[in-house]
Amino acid sequence: MSLDKDTVKNIAYLARMRVSDEKLEPLAGELSSIMDWIEQLQELDTDGVEPMASVSDVTLPQRKDAVTDGNCQAAVLKNAPEADEGFFTVPKVVE
Amino acid sequence: MTKLTDLNIATARDGLAKGDFSAAELAEAYIQAVEAGRDLNAYITETPEVALERARESDDRRAKGDHIGVMDGIPIAIKDLYCTEGVLTTAGSHILDGFVPPYESTVTANLRSAGAVMLGKANMDEFAMGSANITSHYGPVKNPWKAKDGKDLVPGGSSGGSAAAVAGGLAMAATGTDTGGSIRQPASFTGIVGLKPTYGRCSRWGVVAFASSLDQAGPMTQTVRDAAIMLGAMAGHDPKDSTSAPIALPDFEAAITGDIKGLTIGIPKEYKMDGMDPQIQALWDQGIEWLKDAGCTIKDVSLPHTKYALAAYYIVAPAEASANLARYDGVRYGLRVPGDSLDDMYMNTRGEGFGDEVQRRILIGTYALSSGYYDAYYIKAQKVRTLIANDFKAAFEDVDAILTPTAPSAAFALGEKQDDPVAMYLNDVFTVPTSLAGLPGISVPAGLNKDGLPLGLQVIGKAFDEGTVLNVAASLESAAAFNFKPGKGASS
Repeated sequence: MSLDKDTVKNIAYLARMRVSDEKLEPLAGELSSIMDWIEQLQELDTDGVEPMASVSDVTLPQRKDAVTDGNCQAAVLKNAPEADEGFFTVPKVVE
Repeated sequence: MTKLTDLNIATARDGLAKGDFSAAELAEAYIQAVEAGRDLNAYITETPEVALERARESDDRRAKGDHIGVMDGIPIAIKDLYCTEGVLTTAGSHILDGFVPPYESTVTANLRSAGAVMLGKANMDEFAMGSANITSHYGPVKNPWKAKDGKDLVPGGSSGGSAAAVAGGLAMAATGTDTGGSIRQPASFTGIVGLKPTYGRCSRWGVVAFASSLDQAGPMTQTVRDAAIMLGAMAGHDPKDSTSAPIALPDFEAAITGDIKGLTIGIPKEYKMDGMDPQIQALWDQGIEWLKDAGCTIKDVSLPHTKYALAAYYIVAPAEASANLARYDGVRYGLRVPGDSLDDMYMNTRGEGFGDEVQRRILIGTYALSSGYYDAYYIKAQKVRTLIANDFKAAFEDVDAILTPTAPSAAFALGEKQDDPVAMYLNDVFTVPTSLAGLPGISVPAGLNKDGLPLGLQVIGKAFDEGTVLNVAASLESAAAFNFKPGKGASS
């Protein structure tokens, strides 16, 4: 499985991660060699095998649908790089 | 009198109980050791004030006759993946710049209520991704063990700072986390004990997430007994982690009886890899002899899908990581690099904030989860994971525990294997299958190679049977009589 520069650029965009143009080529090489090595999984016949998402066989517990905390706006915003008047701020998204 | 920094949890516990020294004296001795050992780069943040304050509180509890916890007054390092209230938490990443959690992880809160004293936050591979502790934004950690020619060696990873701190006498014990071998491999590289408990044994709440279906917290200690004591203080059901197991905690220390007669130990033939270092094979054979001498029955077992475990892991873990790390968006915490639009700001922040290895894994994960590839990679890898878990299930019908080497080599030089990601991933070939199956595994230091570097053996157990794992490990520990310290040869 070989990944070219454009594919890497597209994946990087999907992951919202800026990758400089000069890094695309070496990354395509590295990722291709990793994916080539992973290709060995295709040797295995897995027809009818259940995919495993978690090893724990407990059913997810449910708790009462009730408010259990809150009133901690200052703590929530404390680590925000740019908070303003009790809100997180982002660059303008609506014209 | 022995130096305070030569004690372990069990011996310090006795000394503190007898009043031979105070928790404050113990903390001060370690604070000095931490300062003197800065060259190892084992800590990202030192917290001497926190340590002294908690040590004095411990002394007060003892003076007043209040309840004394199992770790009361014991100075430990906390891997910088655990959120600690009011103390910088970085996960070894630039993208968490300045992040001071307003809450405490469940495991560190448990340790604190057991009386443990925090010396600082230990260095680690960025977001726990790495096997050599060279991907940290805060620089590589040095192994206190040196090559014969004096060259610096890696401590293993990702819990490399924790391992170097314990091996170098900069903490009595440390917390680690293990996703594919991140406790056990560095324990093997530094000559200490590292236990990855069963998935679900320790709460993941407040631990920065890498791959949620694999991540597990565990102790890194000087002895097997210490690992049992510390696990007891870390573990337990936590309603805040839905995968935390709602089962009672056994007394792990009491499980170490010194008697393993009659147990059946499995030796998986698939772990005898082509081109395996003969010294690793010799140590493994020696371990088998020790267990036979202790009265165990040795049985060959087969784990037929072992060779596919790493490849499956390198789809499952990056896929989960790419989802987990989507939260670093420059809005709520950590680094923010401005941009012209929201997308631009995300891209700048994540492009600058994540290091090379983390970016590689996010890209692999995003690719494996992307439309058109999801079934071929992600679902395929999850199916292979089922086959690997079934291998262990079948093997454990016949045996009580499994013995393997921990890592395919001893610690290597700083700078080696850096240019070949797949060669680096192979470090975890013996530890990843256990992680995929969610089983407990421990690394015990069992000998030195011809260059005088430590090598570990791994004991794997049934789910939630850490007791047997610890008991077998303690027996190996006593047979191996591993009594070496870095740079000092055999200690007295």
